[in-house]
Amino acid sequence: MSQTTDTDPHTTTPDTVWSEHVSLIDRIPRSVAMAGLFLAFLAIWQLAWSLQLVSPIILPSPGETARDIVFVGQNLFSGDYMLTALRVTVTEVIYSFALAILIGFSLGVLVGETVFGERAVMPYLVAIDTMPKIAFAPLFIAWLGFGIASKVALATFIATFPIIVGTAAGLHAADENARMLFRTMGASRLQTLMKMKLPTGLPHFFTGLKIASVGVMAGAITGEFLGGGKGFGELIRVAASQLDTPRVFSLIIYLSLLGLATFGSVVWIQRRFVFWQKTSAATDGMA
Amino acid sequence: MIATVSRLIPAGLDARPVYELRGVNKTFPRRGVHALDRIDLTLHEGGFASVIGASGCGKSTLLKIMAGLLPPSAGSVMLSGKAVIGPRRDIGMMFQQATLFPWRTTIENIVLPIEIRDGRGAARAKHDEARTLLDLVGLTGFGDVFPNELSGGMAQRAAICRMLITKPAVLLLDEPFSALDELTRDYMNMELQKICMAHNATTFLVTHSISEAVILSDVVYVMSPRPGRFIEAVDIDLPRPRTLDMITTPRFGALVDRIRGRLDRGAFL
Repeated sequence: MSQTTDTDPHTTTPDTVWSEHVSLIDRIPRSVAMAGLFLAFLAIWQLAWSLQLVSPIILPSPGETARDIVFVGQNLFSGDYMLTALRVTVTEVIYSFALAILIGFSLGVLVGETVFGERAVMPYLVAIDTMPKIAFAPLFIAWLGFGIASKVALATFIATFPIIVGTAAGLHAADENARMLFRTMGASRLQTLMKMKLPTGLPHFFTGLKIASVGVMAGAITGEFLGGGKGFGELIRVAASQLDTPRVFSLIIYLSLLGLATFGSVVWIQRRFVFWQKTSAATDGMA
Repeated sequence: MIATVSRLIPAGLDARPVYELRGVNKTFPRRGVHALDRIDLTLHEGGFASVIGASGCGKSTLLKIMAGLLPPSAGSVMLSGKAVIGPRRDIGMMFQQATLFPWRTTIENIVLPIEIRDGRGAARAKHDEARTLLDLVGLTGFGDVFPNELSGGMAQRAAICRMLITKPAVLLLDEPFSALDELTRDYMNMELQKICMAHNATTFLVTHSISEAVILSDVVYVMSPRPGRFIEAVDIDLPRPRTLDMITTPRFGALVDRIRGRLDRGAFL
């Protein structure tokens, strides 16, 4: 009993206890914090519109934009002309992404695995990569016309480089011990590549893919802005030229959904293929 | 110097010589480094030899030559009566890092040397053997687990299995437990002794730790740097099986002191 009274003062005087201070933002769930920020954004937007801080022609109200988002959504679901435009853009994105993976991976292996590639090819790739690739768009349009091909070319051109870099970096990612181990096992160059270097480099490859997935979207839309055609970019361009700003906003919203879907599918595939890597797959591509 | 060394080759080892190095020299002309100078070394069947020396004394170069990863500038390297002119399946190697591949289960990592040399079918046929090895190192039931779930000591034990799966004639160990904490390391050294005795393995260990070398070895070669050469072969006459209690015995202390004395003089000449 005497022991209980001994320890009692410790439990009754909280100022002797060094308690951890948890800040407010740590206690709020992430979804609540995100929703709160979004509502604050809407409130400022509405306020700016109500006070007429900006001409309503330039900045539509949140309500108008929301109505237009619903309208575009209905149009897409009913299979109207917007769905046709979306199909064109999706087709461009898929073709360019596939081409970029094919070319990027091949060049990445050439540069990352062979001395010739590293010494002779790499300097040219670095030089081309530093160019503003969008500046090539008029050239692609002149060469390939106003159809889908010029957009695919531009998007592929933009998306290829991160995949080259990701693949080549991945091939260099294996440590000295792993290389030595494979040499002591008498592994051939192909075996070392297939069984060690490529799997080791998969996380880097996927980082390249994630950057590329953002690049193909940008390339396809830029191509459509500059080269016309029947895609989503053309819808945006037309809406903007008519000062139909709610439409521009809602088209951008649906376009960003397409971008998220592309990025998300890369993340999903990465989780399945690189199951041993436990990093935040959604963020490391944005580095 | 050579005469001193050969005189000091452990007594009572009339066992068959397995690995023989004669007059091995290694220079790196481009870097102007004389890494190894007239190295003579004989590993006897079932024997455990260690080499100890300061960083950069040429230990790793010696090990790479013995593993067939690097040709010597001069001298002969013979394993089981055949010259070593490249990597061989009868050489087992282990490094400081376990180097298990995270996309393969433990058992798939262990049979990897078989898969590389004989293909997937042969590797699959070795799964039972690999499980027996897992039992030997105390990893029963961990065969289908991915390496992420293994601790550092467990990973090194799996690496031991991978080394043993090809039934090598000689084991080359490059500071295998130096990345582990000291308690685990002591325990692993005792495990290693058990495994080597069970397999009558011929073993060559490179280490920085004098006490590790003494507790494990029949003979400890003290190496001096630039150029790397054996300045003494210290015969370890502690009885087997060794136990961790021996570390506190006077004989153990005397052997450690002797090696440390040689190392200090060699390293700072």
